[in-house]
Amino acid sequence: MLKKKKKTGLIFFPAFDWAISPTHPEREERLLYTQDQIFEEGLLDFDNIIEFKPGIAAIDDVRRVHICVPDVKSVITESHLISAGGAITAAEKVMKGEVDNAFALVRPPGHHAMLVVHGARGFCNVNIEAIMIEYIRNHYGPKRVAIVDTDCHHGDGTQDIYWNDPNTLFISVHQDGRTLYPGTGFTNEFGGPNALGTTVNIPLPPRTSDEGFLYILDHVILPILSEFKPDLLINSAGQDNHYSDPLTDMSFSAQGYALLNDRLSPHIAVLEGGYSIEKALPYVNVGIILAMAGLDYSHVREPDYAPLTIRQSGEISRYIEKEAAEIYTLWKQRDLMREELIGNAEYIKRKKPIYYDTDGIREQQEETVSICRDCGGLVTIDSIADTGNSIFAVIIPGQSCSVCRAKGEEIYASTDKDVYNYVYFQDRDRDIFLVK
Amino acid sequence: MNKNNGMMILGIDVGGTHTDAVLIENFMIKKKSKVLTNEKDLLDSLWKVTNSILKEENPKMLKKVVLSTTISTNAIVQGKTDRVGMILVNGPGLPPSLLRINEDCHFISGYVNHRGIEITGIDRDSVSRIGEYFKGDGIDHCGIVGKFSTRNPCQEIDIEGIINAHVRHISLGHRISGHLNFTRRISTTFLNEAIREIYSNFLNQVSNLMHLRDISAPVYILKADGGTFDIIPSGEFPVQTILSGPAASIMGILSMVPGKEDAIALDIGGTTTDIAVFAEGVPLLEALGITISEHKTLIRGLRIKSLGVGGDSRIRCENGKTIIGPEREGPAAAFGGPSPTPTDAMIIIGLTSIGDKLRAKEAFLQIARDMHCSVEEAAKAIFEQTCGMIVSAVLAEIETINNKPVYTIHEILEGRKLKPTILYVVGGPARPMSSRLGELIGCPVHIPEHAEVANAIGAALARTTAEITIFADTEQGIVTVGEEGERIHISPGFTRKDAIKIGKEKLREKAIKMGARDEDLEMDVTEDQEFNIVRGFSTTGKNIRIKVQIKPGLVASLRNGV
Repeated sequence: MLKKKKKTGLIFFPAFDWAISPTHPEREERLLYTQDQIFEEGLLDFDNIIEFKPGIAAIDDVRRVHICVPDVKSVITESHLISAGGAITAAEKVMKGEVDNAFALVRPPGHHAMLVVHGARGFCNVNIEAIMIEYIRNHYGPKRVAIVDTDCHHGDGTQDIYWNDPNTLFISVHQDGRTLYPGTGFTNEFGGPNALGTTVNIPLPPRTSDEGFLYILDHVILPILSEFKPDLLINSAGQDNHYSDPLTDMSFSAQGYALLNDRLSPHIAVLEGGYSIEKALPYVNVGIILAMAGLDYSHVREPDYAPLTIRQSGEISRYIEKEAAEIYTLWKQRDLMREELIGNAEYIKRKKPIYYDTDGIREQQEETVSICRDCGGLVTIDSIADTGNSIFAVIIPGQSCSVCRAKGEEIYASTDKDVYNYVYFQDRDRDIFLVK
Repeated sequence: MNKNNGMMILGIDVGGTHTDAVLIENFMIKKKSKVLTNEKDLLDSLWKVTNSILKEENPKMLKKVVLSTTISTNAIVQGKTDRVGMILVNGPGLPPSLLRINEDCHFISGYVNHRGIEITGIDRDSVSRIGEYFKGDGIDHCGIVGKFSTRNPCQEIDIEGIINAHVRHISLGHRISGHLNFTRRISTTFLNEAIREIYSNFLNQVSNLMHLRDISAPVYILKADGGTFDIIPSGEFPVQTILSGPAASIMGILSMVPGKEDAIALDIGGTTTDIAVFAEGVPLLEALGITISEHKTLIRGLRIKSLGVGGDSRIRCENGKTIIGPEREGPAAAFGGPSPTPTDAMIIIGLTSIGDKLRAKEAFLQIARDMHCSVEEAAKAIFEQTCGMIVSAVLAEIETINNKPVYTIHEILEGRKLKPTILYVVGGPARPMSSRLGELIGCPVHIPEHAEVANAIGAALARTTAEITIFADTEQGIVTVGEEGERIHISPGFTRKDAIKIGKEKLREKAIKMGARDEDLEMDVTEDQEFNIVRGFSTTGKNIRIKVQIKPGLVASLRNGV
């Protein structure tokens, strides 16, 4: 296997002193054996694999993405700022050309954190990929970004944040929501009215193995990416599709992960979930690092790897082939569907109940997006949580038109702050965050 | 009064250019001696310097002799090594193509995982066949290295049992270091065997020489980490003695300066400048190990950054740029050398009055022409450039140390930053360069006394160092003593404190075997981690990782301020 070597940045931050609780899957030793394996393989001795210390994200970096209620400091710990800071460091090294690609092997994860944050859900408080992406746009100008989320759980947080953004393509591959948390991520979740088709969900049946994932990659993900033409490709590299993961029911392997990463060739990979800390993570991570660096990963396999015993059934293969064709057809029809969806509406509302399983909080949210042909549209959010917090937020999502911005500024100015606990204004283009 | 009164220590550093010796009595320099090193016969240099320094001395008064030598380094750099058959239990991970260190690498099946659990047994038949092949092909030396063997050495030991009959000597990977890094373990084990023969012969000759010179005191050898070990156990680990020369100088500086502050130590030689850093008075070690001739090893060594610029570096102009070093073509022009050097620059601008100033100026004529200025101005500019190169390397080194990745939130937020408050300089150009270097770095400068034999002093006064790695897994009920290859059964109630206790006991035993004295067993814990092992949602055990060491330092009596 002779390939072109790439210069790969590795931001390794296992946060050995942070856990949700001592026996929680998101606990101190989650990356301990991964560290052992990386060290034992001597990966950091390769000239083209360079380790960087993570930076610490600023509060402003979080406020550029989230509406944290009541404020950022109340919903995060230092660990989240370092984890997001690690992702930002990865991005910086790539954007400055110091490396060809980078892997932020950091925790805690973030892809279940939505735009509004009342607390932690799915082990996530803030969305580290989104914080990284908006940091890049803020420092390096507007970018078309694609995120391919290969965590086993639907990346509902990232989907929520970029639901209305036509310049961010979010593709999530995950175990069917009817069988796993968070219970969403169906093919009909396809993006907001101004961004239809830039959210793509690919739910896979339980026990899907390497061939199913790679089939989806070749027949849906890569074709869509080649049409979307992102400036930057990001992989939310969750590792819980692994056959040994205790929380899920899939049959993906370390070889599969390495192959997927190799074919996808993301600029930046960011670790998300993955809780088989002894049997999967050490091998999956070594596989991904070698694949990113263009080194031979063909000998990376789990000691108990037996591909025939975990191979998906013919029934699953046929199901996936059919689904792949359907999703790709859907994507091809996105503009037509959009016209049908919008009709003559001036704005479209969606109501969603959100449950924060990690913190036990319930939220009711109503999102209103104005129909706009020139940008992602003005977004306002009315949210009430059973913590007693009731908020209203005006979001200018970025690369926004002047009409939507002016409308947003007017709405923020005229909203009566006595009706809510807090009223927020977020303008990503101008990097303005206000609260009253 | 010190109990060692009247006793002497002889320190010798056989360096690339000079062989230096000091005789230390009551921790005062009694005598020093310097001879040119005979590269072709190190023993000859050793003999001359020993005779010179022990003239009119009673060798019976010697308490010990400590020797720092380039024998191992030279053997590796010059490729005077033996053929080594390597048997590698590589398991899943990097492909054999990236692990193959020589043509005699044999990969066999078997696997021990990150927790030290044996997952796949070794293929004994193929090991036997490899052994027979070694014998038939005249391979006398064998290195056996398994992945994660520091977590469980059983497979390496099993293979040793099978291969023993077929070869003359074997090195086992887990004995060399307790650190994780399979590829480095392979290269270190390989080097250890490759230089064993040449090193053993040298040791025999040294012993003969000591005998001839009537020296019965124990002989110690300096290691790359600035620590010593007895000559007899050193025969098993010759690779530990590589690059001990630079370590000798740094230990010498350490012995001549007071204080426990963060400091920079510079050894400015003819060809290179060595940069070392002290944190609170302790020289920093390489995180994993030193690198020699492209081989990244697991040899604990002082962290010494070697910069290709020194007093005798060749200066040349290329495309309008002046380039200093990294070559040295001979001594400075002022001493009859072939090309202009920074030393000549310092002579021209009057920073030193050594050598022939006229010759220095002559050598600078062309450079001055290329730089479109006077000889004095050119010399000034070269001096500034030389100092500038050293200073930027020093600052980069401190920056690198301060940006070392850390893995806990606590270290990210509270991590201590190195802030050197003093600069120590030794070496030929120390005096003319030191004040400018101090100005540029922004800290006071100190040139230790006897700087010209700092290396020999360092060897004489260094104490024995050692390290032990403990890995306990209470779910398996086993504690592994990494470097010693021991596996001990433990009860489920085993704690981190127990692990530290075992670590200290084992370290003590190891250090005493290596020749340490009781008063020098100053230990510290360098790694102390404990993690839960969780099955489902309940804790089923602890995974404990401890490292204890005797860090590089000086023999006790000296530190106590005698």
